[in-house]
Amino acid sequence: MEATAALKRTSLYEAHAAAGAKLVPFAGWEMPVSYEGVRQEHIAVRTSCGVFDVSHMGEIETSGPQAADLLQRLLSNDVSKIDVGGAQYSVLCRDDGGILDDLFTYRLDEDRYLTVTNAANHDRDFGWFAEHAGDFDAEVADSIDRYAMLAVQGPEARGIVEGLATGELPNRMRTAQLEVTGADALVCGTGYTGEDGVELLMPPDDASAVWTALLDAGAQLAGLGARDTLRMEVCFHLYGNDMDTSRNAIEAGLGWCCKEATGFIGAEAVASARETGTEQKLAPFVLTGPGIPRQGNTVISGDREVGVVTSGTLSPCLDAGIGMAYVAAELAEPGTEIEIDVRGKRRAARIESKPLYRKET
Amino acid sequence: MAEESYPEELRYHPEHDWARVDGEEATFGVTWYAQDALGEVVFYEPPEVGADVTKDSSYAEVESVKAVSDVYAPLSGEITAVNDAIADKPELINEDPYGDGWLVRVKLSNASEVDELMDAAAYRKLLEDE
Repeated sequence: MEATAALKRTSLYEAHAAAGAKLVPFAGWEMPVSYEGVRQEHIAVRTSCGVFDVSHMGEIETSGPQAADLLQRLLSNDVSKIDVGGAQYSVLCRDDGGILDDLFTYRLDEDRYLTVTNAANHDRDFGWFAEHAGDFDAEVADSIDRYAMLAVQGPEARGIVEGLATGELPNRMRTAQLEVTGADALVCGTGYTGEDGVELLMPPDDASAVWTALLDAGAQLAGLGARDTLRMEVCFHLYGNDMDTSRNAIEAGLGWCCKEATGFIGAEAVASARETGTEQKLAPFVLTGPGIPRQGNTVISGDREVGVVTSGTLSPCLDAGIGMAYVAAELAEPGTEIEIDVRGKRRAARIESKPLYRKET
Repeated sequence: MAEESYPEELRYHPEHDWARVDGEEATFGVTWYAQDALGEVVFYEPPEVGADVTKDSSYAEVESVKAVSDVYAPLSGEITAVNDAIADKPELINEDPYGDGWLVRVKLSNASEVDELMDAAAYRKLLEDE
Protein backbone atom coordinates (compact mmCIF):
# COMPACT_ATOMS: atom_id res chain seq x y z
CA MET A 1 0.00 0.00 0.00
CA GLU A 2 1.50 3.29 -1.02
CA ALA A 3 1.35 5.98 1.62
CA THR A 4 0.08 8.43 -0.95
CA ALA A 5 -2.94 6.34 -2.02
CA ALA A 6 -6.21 7.60 -0.58
CA LEU A 7 -7.38 5.43 2.29
CA LYS A 8 -10.97 4.29 2.40
CA ARG A 9 -13.04 5.05 5.48
CA THR A 10 -15.91 3.08 6.96
CA SER A 11 -19.24 4.72 7.76
CA LEU A 12 -18.09 4.83 11.40
CA TYR A 13 -14.93 6.82 10.77
CA GLU A 14 -16.28 9.96 12.48
CA ALA A 15 -17.37 7.92 15.49
CA HIS A 16 -13.90 6.39 15.79
CA ALA A 17 -12.19 9.75 15.55
CA ALA A 18 -14.56 11.26 18.12
CA ALA A 19 -13.86 8.35 20.49
CA GLY A 20 -10.13 9.10 20.34
CA ALA A 21 -9.19 6.04 18.30
CA LYS A 22 -5.67 5.54 17.07
CA LEU A 23 -6.37 5.22 13.33
CA VAL A 24 -3.89 3.40 11.09
CA PRO A 25 -3.75 2.31 7.46
CA PHE A 26 -4.84 -1.32 7.12
CA ALA A 27 -5.33 -3.05 3.76
CA GLY A 28 -6.18 0.26 2.13
CA TRP A 29 -8.53 1.41 4.88
CA GLU A 30 -8.08 3.88 7.71
CA MET A 31 -9.07 1.70 10.67
CA PRO A 32 -9.06 2.00 14.47
CA VAL A 33 -6.21 -0.10 15.90
CA SER A 34 -7.16 0.81 19.49
CA TYR A 35 -9.07 3.31 21.59
CA GLU A 36 -8.00 3.08 25.23
CA GLY A 37 -5.40 0.37 24.78
CA VAL A 38 -5.05 -3.03 23.15
CA ARG A 39 -4.76 -5.00 26.38
CA GLN A 40 -7.78 -3.42 28.00
CA GLU A 41 -9.90 -4.00 24.91
CA HIS A 42 -8.69 -7.58 24.70
CA ILE A 43 -9.68 -8.26 28.32
CA ALA A 44 -13.06 -6.58 27.77
CA VAL A 45 -13.84 -9.07 25.01
CA ARG A 46 -12.71 -12.03 27.13
CA THR A 47 -14.70 -10.94 30.19
CA SER A 48 -17.70 -8.89 29.00
CA CYS A 49 -18.29 -7.55 25.48
CA GLY A 50 -16.41 -5.63 22.85
CA VAL A 51 -17.63 -4.22 19.54
CA PHE A 52 -15.36 -4.01 16.49
CA ASP A 53 -15.95 -2.12 13.27
CA VAL A 54 -14.89 -4.62 10.62
CA SER A 55 -16.57 -2.87 7.72
CA HIS A 56 -13.33 -3.12 5.75
CA MET A 57 -14.19 -6.78 5.18
CA GLY A 58 -15.59 -7.33 1.69
CA GLU A 59 -18.72 -9.13 0.52
CA ILE A 60 -19.50 -11.03 -2.65
CA GLU A 61 -23.05 -12.13 -3.38
CA THR A 62 -23.49 -15.24 -5.52
CA SER A 63 -26.97 -15.95 -6.85
CA GLY A 64 -28.82 -17.88 -9.52
CA PRO A 65 -29.87 -21.45 -10.25
CA GLN A 66 -26.26 -22.70 -10.22
CA ALA A 67 -24.97 -20.48 -7.41
CA ALA A 68 -24.21 -23.52 -5.26
CA ASP A 69 -22.40 -25.24 -8.13
CA LEU A 70 -20.21 -22.21 -8.75
CA LEU A 71 -19.32 -21.94 -5.06
CA GLN A 72 -18.67 -25.67 -4.87
CA ARG A 73 -16.12 -25.20 -7.65
CA LEU A 74 -14.48 -22.20 -5.94
CA LEU A 75 -14.58 -23.00 -2.23
CA SER A 76 -12.65 -25.79 -0.54
CA ASN A 77 -15.43 -26.91 1.79
CA ASP A 78 -18.57 -28.86 0.87
CA VAL A 79 -20.98 -26.06 -0.03
CA SER A 80 -23.87 -28.54 -0.35
CA LYS A 81 -23.76 -28.87 3.44
CA ILE A 82 -24.82 -25.23 3.97
CA ASP A 83 -28.57 -25.06 4.39
CA VAL A 84 -30.51 -21.78 4.25
CA GLY A 85 -29.48 -19.82 7.34
CA GLY A 86 -26.22 -21.72 7.61
CA ALA A 87 -22.60 -20.58 7.62
CA GLN A 88 -19.37 -22.23 6.55
CA TYR A 89 -15.64 -21.54 6.59
CA SER A 90 -13.48 -22.40 3.60
CA VAL A 91 -10.40 -21.38 1.69
CA LEU A 92 -10.19 -20.18 -1.88
CA CYS A 93 -7.41 -21.98 -3.75
CA ARG A 94 -5.55 -21.64 -6.98
CA ASP A 95 -5.17 -24.69 -9.15
CA ASP A 96 -1.77 -25.39 -7.53
CA GLY A 97 -3.38 -25.29 -4.08
CA GLY A 98 -1.94 -21.89 -3.15
CA ILE A 99 -4.37 -20.08 -0.85
CA LEU A 100 -6.01 -16.96 -2.30
CA ASP A 101 -8.12 -16.16 0.75
CA ASP A 102 -10.04 -17.62 3.66
CA LEU A 103 -13.75 -16.92 3.68
CA PHE A 104 -17.02 -17.25 5.51
CA THR A 105 -20.00 -18.03 3.32
CA TYR A 106 -23.60 -17.52 4.49
CA ARG A 107 -26.57 -19.01 2.67
CA LEU A 108 -29.17 -16.25 2.55
CA ASP A 109 -31.76 -18.07 0.46
CA GLU A 110 -32.24 -21.16 -1.72
CA ASP A 111 -30.07 -19.75 -4.51
CA ARG A 112 -28.38 -16.77 -2.81
CA TYR A 113 -25.10 -16.80 -0.86
CA LEU A 114 -23.01 -14.08 0.74
CA THR A 115 -19.26 -14.61 1.05
CA VAL A 116 -17.17 -12.39 3.33
CA THR A 117 -13.65 -11.64 2.09
CA ASN A 118 -10.53 -10.17 3.62
CA ALA A 119 -10.14 -6.49 2.76
CA ALA A 120 -6.70 -6.91 1.21
CA ASN A 121 -7.92 -9.72 -1.06
CA HIS A 122 -11.39 -8.51 -1.93
CA ASP A 123 -10.68 -7.25 -5.45
CA ARG A 124 -8.64 -10.33 -6.35
CA ASP A 125 -11.33 -12.60 -4.90
CA PHE A 126 -14.09 -10.88 -6.80
CA GLY A 127 -12.08 -11.12 -10.01
CA TRP A 128 -11.60 -14.85 -9.37
CA PHE A 129 -15.32 -15.36 -8.69
CA ALA A 130 -16.30 -13.38 -11.80
CA GLU A 131 -13.79 -15.22 -13.98
CA HIS A 132 -15.32 -18.59 -13.11
CA ALA A 133 -18.96 -17.48 -12.97
CA GLY A 134 -19.21 -17.64 -16.76
CA ASP A 135 -19.12 -21.45 -16.65
CA PHE A 136 -22.30 -21.52 -14.56
CA ASP A 137 -25.83 -20.18 -14.59
CA ALA A 138 -24.97 -17.88 -11.71
CA GLU A 139 -24.23 -14.24 -11.07
CA VAL A 140 -21.67 -12.71 -8.76
CA ALA A 141 -21.98 -9.18 -7.42
CA ASP A 142 -19.38 -7.09 -5.64
CA SER A 143 -21.40 -6.09 -2.55
CA ILE A 144 -18.68 -4.39 -0.51
CA ASP A 145 -20.46 -1.01 -0.65
CA ARG A 146 -23.76 -2.49 0.49
CA TYR A 147 -22.58 -3.62 3.90
CA ALA A 148 -21.10 -2.33 7.09
CA MET A 149 -19.97 -5.10 9.43
CA LEU A 150 -19.77 -5.03 13.21
CA ALA A 151 -18.42 -7.86 15.35
CA VAL A 152 -19.94 -8.01 18.83
CA GLN A 153 -17.91 -10.49 20.84
CA GLY A 154 -17.58 -11.69 24.41
CA PRO A 155 -19.57 -13.56 27.05
CA GLU A 156 -22.08 -10.67 27.32
CA ALA A 157 -22.32 -10.04 23.56
CA ARG A 158 -25.43 -12.09 22.91
CA GLY A 159 -27.31 -10.54 25.79
CA ILE A 160 -26.48 -7.05 24.57
CA VAL A 161 -27.50 -7.71 20.97
CA GLU A 162 -30.60 -9.63 22.05
CA GLY A 163 -31.83 -6.55 23.88
CA LEU A 164 -31.70 -4.55 20.63
CA ALA A 165 -32.97 -7.18 18.19
CA THR A 166 -36.50 -8.09 17.15
CA GLY A 167 -36.10 -11.84 17.29
CA GLU A 168 -34.07 -14.69 18.60
CA LEU A 169 -30.36 -14.61 17.82
CA PRO A 170 -28.97 -17.38 15.64
CA ASN A 171 -26.92 -20.16 17.19
CA ARG A 172 -23.24 -20.55 16.48
CA MET A 173 -22.58 -20.99 12.72
CA ARG A 174 -26.18 -19.95 11.91
CA THR A 175 -27.61 -16.68 10.62
CA ALA A 176 -30.88 -14.77 10.97
CA GLN A 177 -32.37 -11.68 9.32
CA LEU A 178 -33.38 -9.45 12.23
CA GLU A 179 -34.03 -5.83 12.98
CA VAL A 180 -31.36 -4.44 15.28
CA THR A 181 -32.36 -0.99 16.60
CA GLY A 182 -34.50 -0.61 13.51
CA ALA A 183 -31.81 -1.61 11.02
CA ASP A 184 -32.24 -4.65 8.80
CA ALA A 185 -29.28 -6.79 9.76
CA LEU A 186 -27.96 -10.19 8.85
CA VAL A 187 -27.00 -11.53 12.28
CA CYS A 188 -24.35 -14.26 12.09
CA GLY A 189 -23.25 -16.53 14.90
CA THR A 190 -19.61 -16.19 13.92
CA GLY A 191 -16.53 -14.36 15.10
CA TYR A 192 -12.77 -14.17 15.18
CA THR A 193 -12.03 -13.98 18.89
CA GLY A 194 -12.70 -17.40 20.36
CA GLU A 195 -15.57 -15.89 22.36
CA ASP A 196 -19.28 -16.31 21.88
CA GLY A 197 -20.94 -13.48 20.02
CA VAL A 198 -22.34 -12.38 16.70
CA GLU A 199 -21.34 -10.48 13.60
CA LEU A 200 -23.81 -7.99 12.12
CA LEU A 201 -24.00 -7.11 8.43
CA MET A 202 -26.15 -4.08 7.64
CA PRO A 203 -26.49 -1.15 5.26
CA PRO A 204 -23.65 1.34 5.93
CA ASP A 205 -26.12 4.16 6.60
CA ASP A 206 -27.52 2.25 9.59
CA ALA A 207 -24.18 1.35 11.15
CA SER A 208 -23.77 4.50 13.21
CA ALA A 209 -27.10 4.07 15.03
CA VAL A 210 -26.41 0.40 15.74
CA TRP A 211 -22.88 1.19 16.92
CA THR A 212 -24.16 3.83 19.33
CA ALA A 213 -26.92 1.55 20.62
CA LEU A 214 -24.42 -1.25 21.27
CA LEU A 215 -22.14 1.08 23.21
CA ASP A 216 -25.08 2.47 25.19
CA ALA A 217 -26.06 -1.11 26.04
CA GLY A 218 -22.63 -1.79 27.52
CA ALA A 219 -20.45 -3.02 24.66
CA GLN A 220 -16.94 -1.60 24.85
CA LEU A 221 -14.94 -0.15 21.98
CA ALA A 222 -12.44 -2.61 20.58
CA GLY A 223 -9.96 -2.06 17.77
CA LEU A 224 -8.10 -4.19 15.28
CA GLY A 225 -5.13 -4.51 17.67
CA ALA A 226 -7.23 -6.47 20.15
CA ARG A 227 -8.87 -8.40 17.32
CA ASP A 228 -5.38 -9.57 16.33
CA THR A 229 -4.25 -10.58 19.83
CA LEU A 230 -7.59 -12.33 20.49
CA ARG A 231 -7.39 -14.39 17.32
CA MET A 232 -3.77 -15.34 18.00
CA GLU A 233 -4.65 -16.70 21.45
CA VAL A 234 -7.11 -19.10 19.82
CA CYS A 235 -4.88 -19.75 16.76
CA PHE A 236 -7.20 -18.39 14.07
CA HIS A 237 -5.29 -17.73 10.85
CA LEU A 238 -4.71 -14.26 9.46
CA TYR A 239 -4.40 -14.17 5.69
CA GLY A 240 -1.13 -12.58 4.63
CA ASN A 241 0.56 -13.67 7.86
CA ASP A 242 -0.23 -17.32 8.39
CA MET A 243 -1.06 -18.24 4.82
CA ASP A 244 -0.76 -16.88 1.33
CA THR A 245 -0.51 -18.14 -2.23
CA SER A 246 2.82 -19.87 -1.45
CA ARG A 247 1.15 -22.12 1.16
CA ASN A 248 -1.44 -24.84 0.75
CA ALA A 249 -4.26 -25.65 3.12
CA ILE A 250 -2.59 -28.82 4.43
CA GLU A 251 0.58 -27.13 5.64
CA ALA A 252 -1.54 -24.26 7.01
CA GLY A 253 -3.46 -26.76 9.16
CA LEU A 254 -6.68 -26.09 7.25
CA GLY A 255 -7.17 -29.56 5.80
CA TRP A 256 -10.35 -29.84 7.89
CA CYS A 257 -12.14 -27.33 5.65
CA CYS A 258 -11.05 -28.99 2.40
CA LYS A 259 -13.33 -31.61 0.90
CA GLU A 260 -11.40 -32.74 -2.16
CA ALA A 261 -14.23 -35.02 -3.35
CA THR A 262 -16.21 -31.90 -4.32
CA GLY A 263 -13.68 -31.18 -7.08
CA PHE A 264 -12.97 -27.57 -6.11
CA ILE A 265 -10.19 -25.69 -7.89
CA GLY A 266 -7.01 -26.86 -6.19
CA ALA A 267 -8.51 -30.12 -4.91
CA GLU A 268 -5.92 -32.28 -6.64
CA ALA A 269 -3.04 -30.30 -5.17
CA VAL A 270 -4.62 -30.44 -1.71
CA ALA A 271 -5.22 -34.20 -2.05
CA SER A 272 -1.61 -34.70 -3.06
CA ALA A 273 -0.31 -32.64 -0.12
CA ARG A 274 -2.59 -34.54 2.23
CA GLU A 275 -1.34 -37.84 0.82
CA THR A 276 2.39 -37.17 0.79
CA GLY A 277 2.61 -34.69 3.67
CA THR A 278 4.24 -31.27 3.57
CA GLU A 279 7.77 -30.18 4.40
CA GLN A 280 6.54 -27.61 6.89
CA LYS A 281 3.48 -27.21 9.06
CA LEU A 282 1.98 -24.24 10.84
CA ALA A 283 2.18 -24.72 14.60
CA PRO A 284 1.33 -22.53 17.59
CA PHE A 285 4.00 -21.92 20.22
CA VAL A 286 4.49 -20.18 23.55
CA LEU A 287 7.69 -18.58 24.82
CA THR A 288 8.76 -20.24 28.06
CA GLY A 289 10.80 -17.18 29.11
CA PRO A 290 10.79 -13.45 28.40
CA GLY A 291 10.35 -11.86 24.98
CA ILE A 292 7.76 -11.18 22.31
CA PRO A 293 7.99 -13.10 19.04
CA ARG A 294 7.20 -11.15 15.86
CA GLN A 295 6.30 -11.99 12.28
CA GLY A 296 9.48 -12.85 10.36
CA ASN A 297 11.52 -14.12 13.32
CA THR A 298 13.50 -17.29 12.56
CA VAL A 299 12.69 -20.54 14.36
CA ILE A 300 15.75 -22.48 15.52
CA SER A 301 16.18 -26.06 16.69
CA GLY A 302 19.69 -26.85 17.91
CA ASP A 303 21.73 -24.89 15.41
CA ARG A 304 19.39 -25.34 12.49
CA GLU A 305 17.00 -22.78 11.09
CA VAL A 306 13.79 -24.78 10.95
CA GLY A 307 11.10 -22.24 10.26
CA VAL A 308 9.66 -18.76 10.43
CA VAL A 309 7.21 -16.98 12.71
CA THR A 310 4.11 -15.78 10.84
CA SER A 311 2.22 -14.18 13.75
CA GLY A 312 3.44 -13.17 17.18
CA THR A 313 2.46 -11.02 20.13
CA LEU A 314 2.33 -10.84 23.88
CA SER A 315 -0.75 -12.74 25.01
CA PRO A 316 -2.72 -10.59 27.46
CA CYS A 317 -4.45 -13.65 28.95
CA LEU A 318 -1.42 -15.95 29.16
CA ASP A 319 1.02 -13.12 29.91
CA ALA A 320 3.60 -14.75 27.64
CA GLY A 321 4.92 -14.32 24.15
CA ILE A 322 2.86 -16.44 21.75
CA GLY A 323 2.72 -17.00 18.05
CA MET A 324 2.38 -19.28 15.09
CA ALA A 325 5.23 -20.47 12.91
CA TYR A 326 5.83 -22.68 9.92
CA VAL A 327 8.28 -25.29 11.17
CA ALA A 328 9.73 -28.51 9.76
CA ALA A 329 6.82 -30.95 9.88
CA GLU A 330 8.56 -33.36 12.27
CA LEU A 331 8.89 -30.55 14.84
CA ALA A 332 5.25 -29.46 14.68
CA GLU A 333 4.25 -31.69 17.58
CA PRO A 334 3.03 -30.24 20.90
CA GLY A 335 5.80 -30.33 23.49
CA THR A 336 8.66 -29.82 21.03
CA GLU A 337 11.21 -27.34 22.41
CA ILE A 338 12.35 -24.70 19.92
CA GLU A 339 13.99 -21.29 20.01
CA ILE A 340 12.88 -18.09 18.36
CA ASP A 341 15.49 -15.63 17.15
CA VAL A 342 13.96 -12.34 18.26
CA ARG A 343 16.19 -9.67 16.69
CA GLY A 344 19.39 -11.49 17.63
CA LYS A 345 18.26 -12.85 21.00
CA ARG A 346 17.36 -16.51 21.21
CA ARG A 347 14.14 -17.00 23.14
CA ALA A 348 13.11 -20.43 24.45
CA ALA A 349 9.72 -21.63 23.24
CA ARG A 350 7.61 -24.75 23.04
CA ILE A 351 5.18 -25.95 20.40
CA GLU A 352 1.71 -26.23 21.90
CA SER A 353 -1.65 -27.55 20.76
CA LYS A 354 -4.52 -25.33 19.57
CA PRO A 355 -5.98 -23.21 21.00
CA LEU A 356 -3.31 -21.55 23.14
CA TYR A 357 -5.98 -19.90 25.27
CA ARG A 358 -8.80 -22.03 26.57
CA LYS A 359 -11.86 -20.55 28.15
CA GLU A 360 -12.28 -21.54 31.80
CA THR A 361 -15.65 -23.25 32.09
CA MET B 1 -1.50 7.45 31.08
CA ALA B 2 0.37 10.67 31.76
CA GLU B 3 -0.69 14.06 30.41
CA GLU B 4 1.33 15.38 27.49
CA SER B 5 4.30 17.39 28.74
CA TYR B 6 7.90 18.25 27.87
CA PRO B 7 9.71 19.46 31.01
CA GLU B 8 11.88 22.54 30.58
CA GLU B 9 14.87 21.12 32.48
CA LEU B 10 15.36 18.21 30.03
CA ARG B 11 17.26 18.05 26.75
CA TYR B 12 15.70 16.29 23.77
CA HIS B 13 16.87 14.08 20.92
CA PRO B 14 14.95 14.05 17.61
CA GLU B 15 14.27 10.29 17.97
CA HIS B 16 12.00 11.24 20.92
CA ASP B 17 14.40 10.54 23.76
CA TRP B 18 15.25 12.82 26.65
CA ALA B 19 18.32 13.38 28.84
CA ARG B 20 18.40 14.91 32.31
CA VAL B 21 22.00 16.14 32.50
CA ASP B 22 23.58 16.40 35.93
CA GLY B 23 27.26 17.38 35.57
CA GLU B 24 29.18 14.39 34.20
CA GLU B 25 26.18 12.11 34.38
CA ALA B 26 22.78 11.97 32.73
CA THR B 27 19.55 10.00 32.99
CA PHE B 28 17.83 8.88 29.77
CA GLY B 29 14.27 8.05 28.91
CA VAL B 30 11.68 8.35 26.14
CA THR B 31 9.41 11.36 25.70
CA TRP B 32 5.66 11.55 26.20
CA TYR B 33 5.28 11.65 22.41
CA ALA B 34 7.29 8.42 22.01
CA GLN B 35 5.30 6.43 24.56
CA ASP B 36 2.02 7.76 23.17
CA ALA B 37 2.96 6.76 19.62
CA LEU B 38 3.99 3.30 20.80
CA GLY B 39 0.95 2.70 22.99
CA GLU B 40 1.02 0.68 26.18
CA VAL B 41 4.50 -0.69 26.74
CA VAL B 42 4.36 -4.41 27.63
CA PHE B 43 7.98 -5.50 27.39
CA TYR B 44 11.36 -3.97 28.15
CA GLU B 45 14.70 -5.57 28.89
CA PRO B 46 17.23 -3.21 30.49
CA PRO B 47 20.71 -3.12 28.93
CA GLU B 48 23.75 -4.21 30.97
CA VAL B 49 25.36 -1.91 33.48
CA GLY B 50 28.85 -1.12 32.16
CA ALA B 51 27.80 -1.18 28.53
CA ASP B 52 28.81 1.74 26.34
CA VAL B 53 26.15 3.78 24.61
CA THR B 54 26.79 6.00 21.60
CA LYS B 55 24.85 9.14 20.79
CA ASP B 56 22.26 8.53 18.05
CA SER B 57 22.57 4.74 18.40
CA SER B 58 20.00 2.33 19.78
CA TYR B 59 20.76 0.96 23.25
CA ALA B 60 17.47 -0.79 24.08
CA GLU B 61 14.04 -1.67 22.73
CA VAL B 62 10.59 -1.00 24.12
CA GLU B 63 7.70 -3.10 22.90
CA SER B 64 3.98 -2.61 22.83
CA VAL B 65 1.56 -5.39 21.99
CA LYS B 66 1.72 -4.33 18.35
CA ALA B 67 5.22 -3.02 17.75
CA VAL B 68 8.87 -2.76 18.71
CA SER B 69 10.61 0.57 18.97
CA ASP B 70 14.33 1.28 19.31
CA VAL B 71 15.45 3.59 22.08
CA TYR B 72 18.27 5.92 21.01
CA ALA B 73 21.00 7.31 23.23
CA PRO B 74 20.79 11.11 23.22
CA LEU B 75 24.41 11.26 24.47
CA SER B 76 27.46 8.95 24.63
CA GLY B 77 28.88 7.29 27.72
CA GLU B 78 28.85 4.23 29.95
CA ILE B 79 25.76 2.88 31.67
CA THR B 80 26.13 3.13 35.46
CA ALA B 81 22.58 2.16 36.47
CA VAL B 82 19.47 0.70 34.87
CA ASN B 83 15.87 0.92 35.97
CA ASP B 84 15.09 -2.69 36.83
CA ALA B 85 11.59 -1.76 38.01
CA ILE B 86 10.53 -1.32 34.39
CA ALA B 87 11.29 -4.93 33.51
CA ASP B 88 8.51 -5.98 35.89
CA LYS B 89 6.26 -2.99 35.26
CA PRO B 90 6.91 -1.69 31.72
CA GLU B 91 3.77 0.44 31.87
CA LEU B 92 5.75 2.85 34.07
CA ILE B 93 7.09 4.20 30.77
CA ASN B 94 3.53 5.25 29.89
CA GLU B 95 2.50 6.35 33.34
CA ASP B 96 5.53 8.46 34.23
CA PRO B 97 7.90 8.82 31.25
CA TYR B 98 10.07 11.48 32.93
CA GLY B 99 10.04 10.02 36.46
CA ASP B 100 9.60 6.36 37.41
CA GLY B 101 9.79 5.49 33.71
CA TRP B 102 13.46 6.51 33.36
CA LEU B 103 15.56 3.91 31.55
CA VAL B 104 19.30 4.26 32.24
CA ARG B 105 21.83 6.44 34.01
CA VAL B 106 25.01 7.15 32.06
CA LYS B 107 28.46 8.53 32.85
CA LEU B 108 29.02 10.85 29.92
CA SER B 109 32.14 10.46 27.77
CA ASN B 110 31.70 13.72 25.91
CA ALA B 111 29.69 16.30 27.83
CA SER B 112 29.91 18.77 24.93
CA GLU B 113 27.42 16.63 23.01
CA VAL B 114 24.75 18.19 25.22
CA ASP B 115 24.94 21.33 23.06
CA GLU B 116 23.62 19.32 20.09
CA LEU B 117 20.36 18.45 21.85
CA MET B 118 17.16 20.48 21.74
CA ASP B 119 15.55 22.36 24.56
CA ALA B 120 11.86 21.81 25.30
CA ALA B 121 10.73 24.66 23.03
CA ALA B 122 12.72 23.35 20.06
CA TYR B 123 11.44 19.81 20.63
CA ARG B 124 7.82 21.00 20.81
CA LYS B 125 8.42 22.82 17.53
CA LEU B 126 9.74 19.59 15.99
CA LEU B 127 6.61 17.74 17.09
CA GLU B 128 4.36 20.40 15.59
CA ASP B 129 6.16 19.99 12.25
CA GLU B 130 5.84 16.18 12.24
